[in-house]
Amino acid sequence: MKNNKTTFSKYLVSGVAALALTAGLASGASAAENGKFRVGIVTFLSGPAAGPFGVPSANAAKVLVEALNKGELPAPYNKIGINGAEIEAVIIDEAGGATKQVEEYRNLVQRQKVDAVIGYVSSGDCLAVAPVAEELKTFTIAYDCGTSRLFVENSDAQYMFRTGLDASVDNIGAVRYLAATRPDVARLSGIQQNYSWGQDSWADFTAAAAKLLPESEVVEEQFPKIYQGQYGAEISALSVKRPEIVHSSFWGGDMEALVLQANARGLLEDATGLLTCGEASLATYKDQAPNGMIIGARGPFGAFAPENDLNTWFKGAYNAAYDLDPVYPATKMAQAILGLKFAAENAGVADKAIPTADQLAAGLKGASFPSVSGTVEMARGNGHQAMQGIAYGEYHYEDGKASIVNSVAFSGECVTPPEGVSAADWIAQGFPGAQCN
Amino acid sequence: MRFDKTEISLAAVAIACVLFGFVSPGWLIFLLTIAFAKALVVQGVVMQMRSGLVSFGQGLFYCIGGYTVGMGGQFFGIHDAIAALSLGMLVAIAVAMVLGLLLTRYRDIFFAMLSLAFSMILFGILVKSPGLGSTDGFNVHNWTIFGWAPDGGESSQHTVFTLTVLAGLMIAVLIHRYTKAGIGVICEAVRENEVRVEYLGLSPRWLLYGNYVSAAAVSALGGGLTALATGHVDPEMAYWTTSGEFIFIALLGGLGHVAAPFIAAVVFSVVRTYAIELVPHTWQMILGFTLLGVIVFLPKGLWSLVSRKKAGERA
Amino acid sequence: MTSLLAVLIDGSIYASWLFLVAAGLTVIYGVMRILNMAHGSFYAIGAYSAASLVGWYFNNGIGPAWISYLLLVGAALLAGLIVGVIIERGLLRLMYGRDEILMVIITYALLLILEDTMKIVWGVNPYFAYQPYSELGRTSLGLLKVSNYDLSLVGVSAVIGLVLWGLLERTNTGKVLRAVIHDREIAVAMGVNVRLMFTITFVIGTILGALAGALTAPAISVVPGIGIEVIVLAFAVVVIGGLGSIGGAAVGALLVGLSRAAAVHYAPEFELFVIYGVMSLVLAFRPEGLFGRTLARKI
Repeated sequence: MKNNKTTFSKYLVSGVAALALTAGLASGASAAENGKFRVGIVTFLSGPAAGPFGVPSANAAKVLVEALNKGELPAPYNKIGINGAEIEAVIIDEAGGATKQVEEYRNLVQRQKVDAVIGYVSSGDCLAVAPVAEELKTFTIAYDCGTSRLFVENSDAQYMFRTGLDASVDNIGAVRYLAATRPDVARLSGIQQNYSWGQDSWADFTAAAAKLLPESEVVEEQFPKIYQGQYGAEISALSVKRPEIVHSSFWGGDMEALVLQANARGLLEDATGLLTCGEASLATYKDQAPNGMIIGARGPFGAFAPENDLNTWFKGAYNAAYDLDPVYPATKMAQAILGLKFAAENAGVADKAIPTADQLAAGLKGASFPSVSGTVEMARGNGHQAMQGIAYGEYHYEDGKASIVNSVAFSGECVTPPEGVSAADWIAQGFPGAQCN
Repeated sequence: MRFDKTEISLAAVAIACVLFGFVSPGWLIFLLTIAFAKALVVQGVVMQMRSGLVSFGQGLFYCIGGYTVGMGGQFFGIHDAIAALSLGMLVAIAVAMVLGLLLTRYRDIFFAMLSLAFSMILFGILVKSPGLGSTDGFNVHNWTIFGWAPDGGESSQHTVFTLTVLAGLMIAVLIHRYTKAGIGVICEAVRENEVRVEYLGLSPRWLLYGNYVSAAAVSALGGGLTALATGHVDPEMAYWTTSGEFIFIALLGGLGHVAAPFIAAVVFSVVRTYAIELVPHTWQMILGFTLLGVIVFLPKGLWSLVSRKKAGERA
Repeated sequence: MTSLLAVLIDGSIYASWLFLVAAGLTVIYGVMRILNMAHGSFYAIGAYSAASLVGWYFNNGIGPAWISYLLLVGAALLAGLIVGVIIERGLLRLMYGRDEILMVIITYALLLILEDTMKIVWGVNPYFAYQPYSELGRTSLGLLKVSNYDLSLVGVSAVIGLVLWGLLERTNTGKVLRAVIHDREIAVAMGVNVRLMFTITFVIGTILGALAGALTAPAISVVPGIGIEVIVLAFAVVVIGGLGSIGGAAVGALLVGLSRAAAVHYAPEFELFVIYGVMSLVLAFRPEGLFGRTLARKI
């Protein structure tokens, strides 16, 4: 038999040690009551989404926080920090899945005592975090994730906001662009990553195409695994069906690889590529993407952002810091931070005071605020979801410089379902109430 | 029923944990809840490791447990947490009874790869199911316990925590008895030399089969508790990297004692959480070095820190 | 008809890539009994080295394009050699003799470390080396247009397979290696320097991994995480073929490559399951893989 005395003491020792360890960590945790406005920034710092989305976003956040703390932004954002309080950003990695992100979100709020959280590229993370934001009553802005389920499933959200657009807007906009510039296309095809994003994008695109391009038919659809990187067989399968349009919601390395391979194999000469996230890699295609390929930026962001004081300043500051033009994820991060600043400064609290989550939520709900992408109206999802227009254009590469030509913009009312109507229903009913310019 | 000292001390630590839950901050309760829930899955991995099999697909049952709890509430009106958790275990047992017939014919790396394959097939099926939210998964909420609905926030967090600790205690006691009983000792004999066990007139295959099925049930319980705590399930639960994490924790703790997986899971969560906070760009490297360090300096896992002390006392 | 041809061509191209990725894994396992989880990281290191070298070469417009093919291979050889020697001498050497499963976990730790090391060295922005890929042009077969670079990969892969086979079957070192595979203890007793053999094997394995990455780099965007995606694929191919068997890896790669191409063309909804389906089927009937040896049970 085992020595029971030592088993017992061993047990207590380890149990008490474990508790003491965690308790020690708990008391050692930072409680930031230092008068600073602490913002948690969550985005991908590792994995395949870091290069195209996470790092540009984190860089934009750094540029903005630094400049805001010095009061360098143009009006109306020229007040120092957020409502006069210096901003302190806590940047963490979004990699690791929804369970881990819920844990990290709780750490941010309860241990790091952040006053607000901005983040989330992945839709799964957004959906998982939203109920926790409500539970912990923490003002949270989703800056990039695209799922249209966010405010359908959290229709009574108080503290969760989204300053980016949902994915159905991308695809309704893409079909509208085709209808406006190529009304005669007949043979559509698509290649999507086999996960929610790709499946939802393709469902919205084909549904909208059935209404707006009634003469067209879908000749081929492919769903390769995400991060597959090699699309030889898929490109063959698409090529033999002779499509005119190849729609893809690919992003990052997958998208760049697809363009490279499809271009080398002539698919993008015979058919026009349509990439809903294409702008994020604008600077990397060089001569490996054909001129005339249609690209979008998931809204009026990145290269599609309009000329205004804020955007001119932002492009200049970003370029000065990183020697690159900001791509759409960077613009969207800047927009979320400006949204937070706007909410805080419209919360009606004293100078340098840090507003509560309820005051922040009241400051942003249903508001419209000036941003790097023009005016943002928080006009959907009960005042929690931004409504903006979207633009698409054609890639053009000449003399070593990439640009966008033949750009067409559609207003928010043209591509966004009315309040309370789901995108799928709105498309199926033939876009009732859409106001297009 | 008689309890030995280990069981009494397990119970004492469990009660201490529950009490500790009332005074500790929310993030810590959550961290501990997830760590203990994952430790249950790790118990499943460890049970099989004792008999020499390493499952690279324990995420399969973790995911089944989580999705059963989620779907029970969402589609079948099963809102009672206990009923949903039990249902998850039953589904896992049913699946394991079928897969086990095939899997127990394999050893070593073939067992590992085949269990991984089944886990990845479930992942694929879930990704292909838009009704279940595909890769985005869906939320788990509005659960009750014995007809009582915790009013969200702290109260539900404490409830899940207490539930997890009690489930952990129950499973730990059962596993402790199992390993001390004759059949548990034979499991180790199977690892050492299967043929000799056969010569003794026992069937290693059916032993491994029983082990596989019970490990599945324990892991499903862990998955269900995770789903209740996070309020969200997604197919990532069945992805091979999730299963890799369970093996990581199992080796971190070692096979020495039934408490080792719990301690290892807590240490793992704490290390990861602080690594992410302090070095957000290189936290994986920290985990890698931690794992290497444990393998080099504590080949029998963290538990050898405790048992080494014991050896010292005896000397 | 066109699509049948496409299945054959796409399948062979994909199979040749799978073989390149899996060859190093199976060589290392065959001799050292280490199932190397970090193999994908060697692939990624090869891809990064090749892409940064070739990218640098073209950005500076130094010389003719054909040299870039030599650079691809050279980068892989160099990166594989350096990384292989460092890891084998610095880490694995201290671990030999431990449980097979523990070795898997050690390489898993190595994978975590290498992933972040690559991030420190190369950052997270994509690297491109597309010139060697587009330079070779394409061949038209009716509606189907195939990249010549991809086609030549089939040849390269076959050559590498033959060279490996020749090394093992026709050289003295190969004979010694086979002796180590068959019975390590007897080999040691016969005076074989097993430690040296291990170093040689491991370096060959890393070079093969890096070479697979380097040859793939021109067709893809080299980004963080590409190594993770190939691990499970390579494992599956090797397990299907039988661990440690070069011929098995080739057959496994062909089987998976052709099934996958067929699925993409005829039943895209099953594409996600192909590799695991093939693996489960093969193992159900051949528990040791197609060319695996049944081990005698120890008493």
